[in-house]
Amino acid sequence: MMALLAQVTDAGDPLFEKGVKLFSTVMLIVLIKAVLAFVILLVAVLLMVWFERKVISDMQDRIGPNRAGPWGLLQTLADGTKLFFKETLFPERADKAVFRLAPYLSAVPAFLTFAVIPVGGVVHWFGHTWNLQLADPPIGVLFSLAISSIAVYGIMLAGWSSGSKYPLIGSVRATAQMVSYEAAMGLAVATVVLKSSSLRTGTIVAQQVGTAHIGRLSLGWISGWNIIALGFVPAIIFAIAGTAELNRPPFDLVEAESELVGGFHTEYASARFAFFYLAEFMNTITMSALIITLFLGGPLGPDTGIWGLGRLSPVWFLAKLLVLLFCYVWIRGTLPRFRYDQLMDLGWKKLIPAALFWLLVIATIRLGGSTGDKLLHFAVAIPVVAIGVWVLVTAMRRGRERTDAKNAAMAAKTLTTGRPGRF
Amino acid sequence: MGYLGGFAVTFREMFKDRLTSEYPDVKRPKPERFHGRHVLNRYEDGMEKCIGCELCAAVCPAKCIYVRGADNDPQNPTAPGERFGFVYEINYLRCIHCDLCVEACPTEAITESKLFEFSFTSRRDAIYTKTELLVGDDGRPKQQPWEDWREGDDKHTSGWMRATSPGGLAATGGTVQWSGELGYGVRAPEPGQGGEVEFRLARMALAAKAAKAMTSATSDGHGAADPHGGGH
Repeated sequence: MMALLAQVTDAGDPLFEKGVKLFSTVMLIVLIKAVLAFVILLVAVLLMVWFERKVISDMQDRIGPNRAGPWGLLQTLADGTKLFFKETLFPERADKAVFRLAPYLSAVPAFLTFAVIPVGGVVHWFGHTWNLQLADPPIGVLFSLAISSIAVYGIMLAGWSSGSKYPLIGSVRATAQMVSYEAAMGLAVATVVLKSSSLRTGTIVAQQVGTAHIGRLSLGWISGWNIIALGFVPAIIFAIAGTAELNRPPFDLVEAESELVGGFHTEYASARFAFFYLAEFMNTITMSALIITLFLGGPLGPDTGIWGLGRLSPVWFLAKLLVLLFCYVWIRGTLPRFRYDQLMDLGWKKLIPAALFWLLVIATIRLGGSTGDKLLHFAVAIPVVAIGVWVLVTAMRRGRERTDAKNAAMAAKTLTTGRPGRF
Repeated sequence: MGYLGGFAVTFREMFKDRLTSEYPDVKRPKPERFHGRHVLNRYEDGMEKCIGCELCAAVCPAKCIYVRGADNDPQNPTAPGERFGFVYEINYLRCIHCDLCVEACPTEAITESKLFEFSFTSRRDAIYTKTELLVGDDGRPKQQPWEDWREGDDKHTSGWMRATSPGGLAATGGTVQWSGELGYGVRAPEPGQGGEVEFRLARMALAAKAAKAMTSATSDGHGAADPHGGGH
């Protein structure tokens, strides 16, 4: 593990090593990597849309797209081409500048987040050592969190600048939803950062190499994954909060068709709509990649430890990505949309307390010291947390009882007088 | 299972057969009572069945039928009897294929075929007149260039009527109560009235009830029960 860690940190971006010359091989390779990442992500989105439509249709006993290209593979391309040739419309009351800006605010962050995702091990090109990762800044995790927050602006401004009711409601919902779930998400990420003592995604992956083995068969590549090492709770919280952040079903209240027409993008057409669509699916891929990086060992695979981060590491990464994307589609095919109060309940009353509690537990464990010290920490911490939880739960129950009583009184009044009571 | 039960359901469905057929390539057989585009029928001797009574136009909820009757030329009649359908037009931009016109028609002159794939490209083509609607001399519907007929579909021009028991009574299912058609003669009833067994049983029950009513009527001397259903 230490060897791998050294490898990852030493093979940091050549850009950071000896200053940057504008016209150099280093610059060229960085450029190539950026273009490659962009193209791969774009193609991945095309395939993801196709994959989602196909899997959903399988689950609904339908055939799904099958006319454009083999197995309908080119359907997304056809749809995209059509969208780009459509007329661009501006609503009369739209704030034109913001209306134009919003789709880019939504789509660009989707690309940017992927830059810090390590998709494979280390390669040797042109006398330099490179990570299979566009950039490995020391603040990778923070960067991804910050950028994903910017995407909220895209949705919010799109809804606001449309000058129309439904998009506005959709964007207000989006803002509330993002604020609610980002807290839980951040707390889940904090546990990972606590464990690996680094915000660098490469280091976080390298930290996930374990030592377990059965006989001579090494299981180190799986036993150290953060999902296991951190006790499943942060991973589950991150996955749920991430889904909410993506506005994917069952958290797609932002564009709830049955309530808000199209939600924030009701007024959008043609290429601008395509950008939102693109961003939505690209964010799904990026979020899956982030979950893999933070909790599922990134590109670690069965050949890890034999050749450092193995030569097949991009394959493992891709395999994990496919499984996660399938799960996202599966969730969409299964769960109905949340009601708005359920959404807020889940975010504030369940996920945030759970994430906070787990962060405290992990922090207490990380505090170090002897076993006796740790036991002491727990002996103090657990009663304190228990009292805190009890106070919180009691307060919430009291509040609910009071509201229920008030509503019941109001209902009784309405029944007897025939007029609605004051709320 | 709670929340997770649903996931098992969707996962299981992935491996089941698809319900959709690949429509333009694979076409499902249509049921006997399919409501397609109309035809105007003729008797075996070539006479038109339409008598120009305009009941179809009156009953049409979409107001898509226009009929004008005229007196037959006694020397060279178009239809048996006094009158015939002089003008008969159906606007297929309005028709909802509810088949009320078929039910209203007293002479089985208008029936519906199984054709539904006719995508005309002009408003003029959408209005079918007697020229298009009247069956040809072989008793088959006249096929328009924009109509996509399936093999054998042109033989089922009066399927709905013949798959429905006369008078809407289950007991009369399977009985022929319609006139002959040009090119076919008197055609046999179609299946699809809830099965032969069911309507035979219903008919037997009705007969038994009638017989019982008959005996009771003769025994108490009222004679009130009419074994044939009354209403004359």
